[in-house]
Amino acid sequence: MITLSHYLALGAILFIIGMFGVLTRRNAIGILMSIELMLNAVNLNFVAFSRYLPPGALTGQVFAIFVITVAAAEAAVGLAIVLGLFRNFRTVNVDEINLMKW
Amino acid sequence: MSIELPVFYFLAAITIGAALIVVLGRNIVHCAFSLVLAFFGVAGLYVLLDAEFLAAVQVLIYVGGITILLLFAIMLTSRASGPGVRILNEQLGLSALIAGGLFFLLIYALWKGIPALAIKVPTQANVPTIGRVLMTSYVLPFEVASVLLLAALVGALILARKEKD
Amino acid sequence: MFEFIIIMLVKIAVVFGALLLTVAYLTWLERKVIGDIQVRLGPMRVGYHGLLQPIADGLKLLFKEDIIPAEADRTVYLLAPLVAIIPALISFAVIPFGSQVKILGRTIDLYITDVNIGILFIFAVASLGVYGIVLAGWSSNNKYSLLGAMRSSAQMISYELSMGLSIVGVLMMAQSLSLVQIVKAQSVVWFILLQPVGFLIYLICAVAETNRAPFDLPEAETELVAGFHVEYSSMKFALFFLAEYANIVTVSALATTLFLGGWQGPLLPPVAWFLLKVFAFIFLFVWLRATLPRFRYDQLMGFGWKVLLPVSLANILVTGLIMAWR
Repeated sequence: MITLSHYLALGAILFIIGMFGVLTRRNAIGILMSIELMLNAVNLNFVAFSRYLPPGALTGQVFAIFVITVAAAEAAVGLAIVLGLFRNFRTVNVDEINLMKW
Repeated sequence: MSIELPVFYFLAAITIGAALIVVLGRNIVHCAFSLVLAFFGVAGLYVLLDAEFLAAVQVLIYVGGITILLLFAIMLTSRASGPGVRILNEQLGLSALIAGGLFFLLIYALWKGIPALAIKVPTQANVPTIGRVLMTSYVLPFEVASVLLLAALVGALILARKEKD
Repeated sequence: MFEFIIIMLVKIAVVFGALLLTVAYLTWLERKVIGDIQVRLGPMRVGYHGLLQPIADGLKLLFKEDIIPAEADRTVYLLAPLVAIIPALISFAVIPFGSQVKILGRTIDLYITDVNIGILFIFAVASLGVYGIVLAGWSSNNKYSLLGAMRSSAQMISYELSMGLSIVGVLMMAQSLSLVQIVKAQSVVWFILLQPVGFLIYLICAVAETNRAPFDLPEAETELVAGFHVEYSSMKFALFFLAEYANIVTVSALATTLFLGGWQGPLLPPVAWFLLKVFAFIFLFVWLRATLPRFRYDQLMGFGWKVLLPVSLANILVTGLIMAWR
């Protein structure tokens, strides 16, 4: 018997893995990938909640669609920024891009 | 009924394993490839939750669009990082601590707060109803999302364009 | 239950076998038709008018040495041909090629399955096809193949967009995502007459998606040697070849289903009509290859984004306005 808690636990694990990646990866593209993982975890929770709680499964799915839309926009802009960084610094490792830090 | 649980664990194992490779993998292209696997795992879970439309959208946009973009950027930027290069930064310990802490907090909240609901509510979600809801109750967010996409399109173009000297 | 599984397995086996046979003989058909257009004979030696040529080619490829470049990423290199061919074959699971027949007193649907999101399924699966190309190009560790893979991923993403938008008009008129329902909605008039612009855009995008001339930049022989599969040999090369031709069959079958009324037609049995329409499309593909020169890369991208995309959006708008007005 799958309960709501199964999905929520899975979502939590996925979110944590993604968060760990965002905090520790050096490659900017790796960070973007980890953000996508976190968004997926959130989506999974949305869909699971709306499947197990009244009223019906619509709201969660609609929200998930919006999250996917935002994710697509985020990936496009994020990758454009990464390409711009690479053109200026010849690297995509975020800890080497410290021109504005001292 | 009995087959659902093994399927769930199978998909969950795939998703988590692939996600771990994404975060810890050394070769960034392999990371992208296992990201695809993780997306497929989540799509499978959507099917298990009776959200076939969302599963198809997930594969279409995440796998067919976003990850291809990622691969494209990887090919334009990175050379293969050799065995000596660090892939994780020096915040490793602190991040692990925070991630672990948050994980236990979430699981504790889950254990304390949310009853183990096992019965799915009857669903009326299918493609026509989702479309109708998008165009009636959620029409404002829908329009805002379209403006966001347009802004992202223009923004990405401006950022990625070569500056003329 | 048991009977259901048996019928399912037989259907899958028949469709799969027919598809592979068609794909194999497509190579023969293409060489013959192009030969005809260029006033040559084409293959004549193996069998009557070269009819056994595909089998001879297959055997030859099977016995060739299998080379893996020393600097290649082995896992990805081995995986890429499989990733290319599986999506190409899997789409056929939802394409209907007839309504129903009675065999041995049982009514059998002439499609493997009818999913209520059929068309989305096909587009989702088709979007995976580009992975085979990208991974092959990257893992070969060869600059020609990498260039081919990058060109091809950019091209396929760009044209997938217009392709998806070009069929929205059809979906609006059929009011369903199920391919069987879409075919049934065309019992009076085919959608090619109601959606001529959508059909034209679909056709152009289909050629671009299958990487065929005049959009065959990913494997432009004169610039990139052979593009993404330059390092591949033996059966792996054959798999890429099969995938390309299977994709042609798939987009042709999809065009038949969406725009030409699927299996419907007078006199002849439904399956015959379906095959007739599909082969007409395939002939068109070969004809295009023999006639048109290759696009330049900037022309290709400019055409996709500045012409096809706005036109397909305008098509949706006009369709919506007319449907609201009626």
